[in-house]
Amino acid sequence: MSSQIKDIAISAQAVSKVFNPGTEAEVAALQDIHLKVEAGEFISLIGPSGCGKSTLMRLAGDLLQPSAGQLIVNGKSPRQARLDRDYGMVFQAATLYEWRTVAKNVQLPLEVMGYSKSARQERAAEMLDLVELGPFANHYPWQLSGGMQQRVSIARALAFAPSILLMDEPFGALDEFTRERMNLELLKIWRHTKVTIVFVTHSIAEAVFLSGRIVVMSPRPGRITQVVTSNLPYPRDFKTRQDPTYYQRVSEVRELLRDAHEV
Amino acid sequence: MAPAKLRNDQSSYLPVRIRRRLAYYFPTIAVAFGVILLWEFLVVVFDIQQFLLPKPSSIFAEFRLQVELWLGPEGSSLLFEASGATFWEAIGGFVIGCGAGILVALITARWTIVSEATMPFAIAANSVPIIAFAPIMNNWFGLTNPASKMAIVAIIVFFPTMINTVRGLTLVEARQLELMRSYAAKPLKILFSLRIPNALPYIFSALRVASALSLIGAVVAEFFGGPRATLGVYITQEAAAFDFAKAWTAILMASLIGIAFYLLVLLMERRLMPWHVSLRQAG
Repeated sequence: MSSQIKDIAISAQAVSKVFNPGTEAEVAALQDIHLKVEAGEFISLIGPSGCGKSTLMRLAGDLLQPSAGQLIVNGKSPRQARLDRDYGMVFQAATLYEWRTVAKNVQLPLEVMGYSKSARQERAAEMLDLVELGPFANHYPWQLSGGMQQRVSIARALAFAPSILLMDEPFGALDEFTRERMNLELLKIWRHTKVTIVFVTHSIAEAVFLSGRIVVMSPRPGRITQVVTSNLPYPRDFKTRQDPTYYQRVSEVRELLRDAHEV
Repeated sequence: MAPAKLRNDQSSYLPVRIRRRLAYYFPTIAVAFGVILLWEFLVVVFDIQQFLLPKPSSIFAEFRLQVELWLGPEGSSLLFEASGATFWEAIGGFVIGCGAGILVALITARWTIVSEATMPFAIAANSVPIIAFAPIMNNWFGLTNPASKMAIVAIIVFFPTMINTVRGLTLVEARQLELMRSYAAKPLKILFSLRIPNALPYIFSALRVASALSLIGAVVAEFFGGPRATLGVYITQEAAAFDFAKAWTAILMASLIGIAFYLLVLLMERRLMPWHVSLRQAG
């Protein structure tokens, strides 16, 4: 994987998305989006509800088709990238299969993709160690806390070593304390796997703490207000949150969001 | 949290568990005993005629007699013979009807259009009193042929099983399907890894209803005629001969078989869906 890193993981050119076109319920979810995500980058999409940040992520993941414009993922169409299994996905809800144990949940994509049984078990054990849930391999999802379930879901998304991880408000349902711990853990995983992460969030603090670049978006119609570069060095830890640059970025993003809202 | 509490329960020593179980079931047992005592008491006090309502004690006495006959050297009790015959009719119809229901659901759910076209008919058919077809089935398959009763049972259980299975196969969380899409999973893989496991709780809730329905169906179908050694015929004949203790004993037998059947389905559910049972215990 690392030997053939392509410079641009995702590129969006003049992408627009209109829901229910030609009806009364017509919504311009995205308008004229230009964005380039570099391979191995950690990029966040932030903005108020209805700014199209999830829509943009879903377009990149081939869960939706653009109304206009073009998306290129790893030099291919999003559809081809999906068929090549270039994406791992993590949603706000862990969406684990309740009839499978933790280990079997992590093995699910590997099963679909036809890995051998021994390869599946080995890979799942490796992934569970990565998210520090090794001892819980044989538990059922309902026996885990929300944060643990979400870690299983991340392990599952990374099990088949996709080059891009699409995360749609993955920690939105967690309490502040768990969320901060999960943020640190995600950075560790990212450093470890060198995966490209597109991270959709509502939280300014989370976006600044995690990402190299923050895409600030505004609603009606959804568009990009500005792309903020964090300039905070990696690796980051709890001390990063006390860095003056961190505060500066947080207020910068907050102001951009406020401006966007007043338009 | 619930899981932690559950684990405590499991690790605690036996007497506490048994005591808790007893405390849990005590009201149920007390009510059952109370009702039987009240029944006995009312029959005696108001001097109710035997053919209107026999005393529970005489029903139990008759039941004991039949058990002794069955276990005796001759080994012949018409009641037990009848119970066996009815049980097999119910089981046969249950297996055929539920099997066909699940199969048809799998086929229709594969093509949304087919399932959307057939579901209204299935739901309409589900509200038809199918037992009314019993005389026709008797003509088709022969009065004494168990197939005539199995056919009725099979039709009765077919529709609820099919409807519930289609629901379970189609009511899958959108995110779960998107996940499969992101893996570029083939439809058959989605069926076996997602849709069928998702449908299991729906299927089993249908099977539990069907287990009760199948016994009702078999007994009522026998009311329209059948071999002497079936519960429905046994009940009608003993009632006509004013031997109400015997008729009530047969009703008791039918209830016992019904409960046993239901428990059998529950057992199967526990074996096939350990996750779901534990989920319910936690909640």
